[in-house]
Amino acid sequence: MDALKAVINWLCQPEPLITISCIVFFAVFIKLHIFAKWQSLVAMMSSIILFTLASAGDENFREILTKPDNVPIIIIFLLLPFFFWLWAYQACDNDVRTKEGRPLREIDVEPKVVYVWPHLVYPELICIVVMTLALIVWSVAIDAPMEEPANPAKTPNPSKAPWYFLGLQEMLVYFDPWLAGVVFPSLIVGGLMAIPYIDKNPKGNGYYTFKERPFAIIVFCFGFFILWILLVFLGTFLRGPNWNFFGPYEYWDSHKVVPLVNVNLSEYFWIKGLGQALPENIFVREAPGFLMTGFYLCVLPFIMAKTVFKKFYMELGFIRFNVFIILFLSMMSMPIKMVLRWTLNLKYIVAIPEYFFNI
Amino acid sequence: MWKSFVDYVTGSQIWTSVFRHGTPTTPRNQALAVLSNVFLHLHPARARKGGIKLEYTWCMGGVSFFLFLELAITGILLMFYYRPTAEYAFVDMIALREHVPLGVMRELHRWGAHLMVIAVWLHMFRVFLTGSYKPPREFNWGVGVILLTLTLMLSFTGYLLPWDQLAIWAVTVGTNMARATPFLGHEGPGAAFLTLEGVNLVHAGDDVRFGLLAGRFVGEATLLRFYVLHCIAFPFIIVILIAIHFWRVRKDGGISGPVAL
Repeated sequence: MDALKAVINWLCQPEPLITISCIVFFAVFIKLHIFAKWQSLVAMMSSIILFTLASAGDENFREILTKPDNVPIIIIFLLLPFFFWLWAYQACDNDVRTKEGRPLREIDVEPKVVYVWPHLVYPELICIVVMTLALIVWSVAIDAPMEEPANPAKTPNPSKAPWYFLGLQEMLVYFDPWLAGVVFPSLIVGGLMAIPYIDKNPKGNGYYTFKERPFAIIVFCFGFFILWILLVFLGTFLRGPNWNFFGPYEYWDSHKVVPLVNVNLSEYFWIKGLGQALPENIFVREAPGFLMTGFYLCVLPFIMAKTVFKKFYMELGFIRFNVFIILFLSMMSMPIKMVLRWTLNLKYIVAIPEYFFNI
Repeated sequence: MWKSFVDYVTGSQIWTSVFRHGTPTTPRNQALAVLSNVFLHLHPARARKGGIKLEYTWCMGGVSFFLFLELAITGILLMFYYRPTAEYAFVDMIALREHVPLGVMRELHRWGAHLMVIAVWLHMFRVFLTGSYKPPREFNWGVGVILLTLTLMLSFTGYLLPWDQLAIWAVTVGTNMARATPFLGHEGPGAAFLTLEGVNLVHAGDDVRFGLLAGRFVGEATLLRFYVLHCIAFPFIIVILIAIHFWRVRKDGGISGPVAL
């Protein structure tokens, strides 16, 4: 039992957890028609529930799970897989219908048009009643969290933002606050609003499908599931004192020692590579980082427009393509920085702490 | 006996003055039931069957709106008891649970708020997956993204009000990010260049975080500021945007459905 717990603790570390999640993520899209079977839903939901129930015997697991504000995340873990499956089921059904020349499931209903009273008003009333009852039961059963009175002199360890911002807080492991806390959130909001103007694919408007717009769906789901929900989960359940990693069955020891071994790109280049001291001049010192960042944001888009995204570039035109590629590369900078951190212990690509400018 | 009683009530002058149509059992009265009711006329009288099916919409937009109303009602009730000062805020919270009869208002408000965040996320997810942001609904998707952001802001400002350790430190961690705003935060890139005759223009006493907190750290002034944002400012904005959102759903052709190419 202890050996199994140790294995799960190890698997839940950021490196294996995120890597395995990405593999599962792409496997699901490659074999979507298998995932869309109802047996997959049953298997998935029951394994989530069974894992939680089986682990509830562990003291440390129970303690994290039953923190009152962690309840919403348990709800997400039940709702999101279900609704994602519901999408897959309908999308696969529609893709088969399109292939066979049959009408889409959204049209294939009789009668085509119904009166809103009672066909929509009644379900809404039932929904209101069910939601009200569920909320009352939940509120009677579980008290809202209430800790000691506010005390500015006593900082709790760990100090965490509300759960829905913990993906951003987890991002702080890899990026400085000006990126993780200001630039990326702005890009997320702006990028979401830009989606309708970037996605020029006229197909898939108003019905479930996967095969008619696979790229759009995979990119959005990657951002939502891996870069948002998974990081919220990681930040909530697996980050303890000093924002150190703790496995689901591990005691939150505030004295856990984690070596700081991260190295800046400039140190890699000048000290390890050329065997000399860091140059005095900031711009010379950080030249390798500036070159890399400049290449990533200014040169790579042109290369991609000529190669992998050639078709997109033709469809979107110059301005739309540039907005798309900058948003896309910003999003992908997160997994890229993660991999660099895990493999090379890379801390900053550009490190100018004198002016709080670290990338 | 029952039938004649019902006929008497529905035939009375009071009833007919409120509901100006017969029982909604005929197509004409079913349409009138929706059209002559200020709340129900958010809906059209008739809708495509494929669009209103639960498996298509997941009902998440409706659930988000229901939770917004639930939060408005429980929030108003909470305001009767709660005083946003460092002296009273925490004890008022305790009293809400211990001394108010059936004291679950705060629980209803907090759990409802968490659920609303989840419902809004799922609503956006569904709208993306059905491609409902595509023409002619681009603008309404943008309004929806702002509504999502406002939902998170409402939840975040409300998080401070219990004035316990969880509240002030979560808000401290969250607002610390504002220090690093480029040019506008005192620990942000570029702020060091904004000087006038050698004096820093952006420092801890006037940067964007100071504006957010009404101070250098989370204190009583922050509590009042977040209280006003939570109870007045953000609800005021979100109500206007919800109205635009619903209006545009109708004007852009109702619940989305397959667009023929």
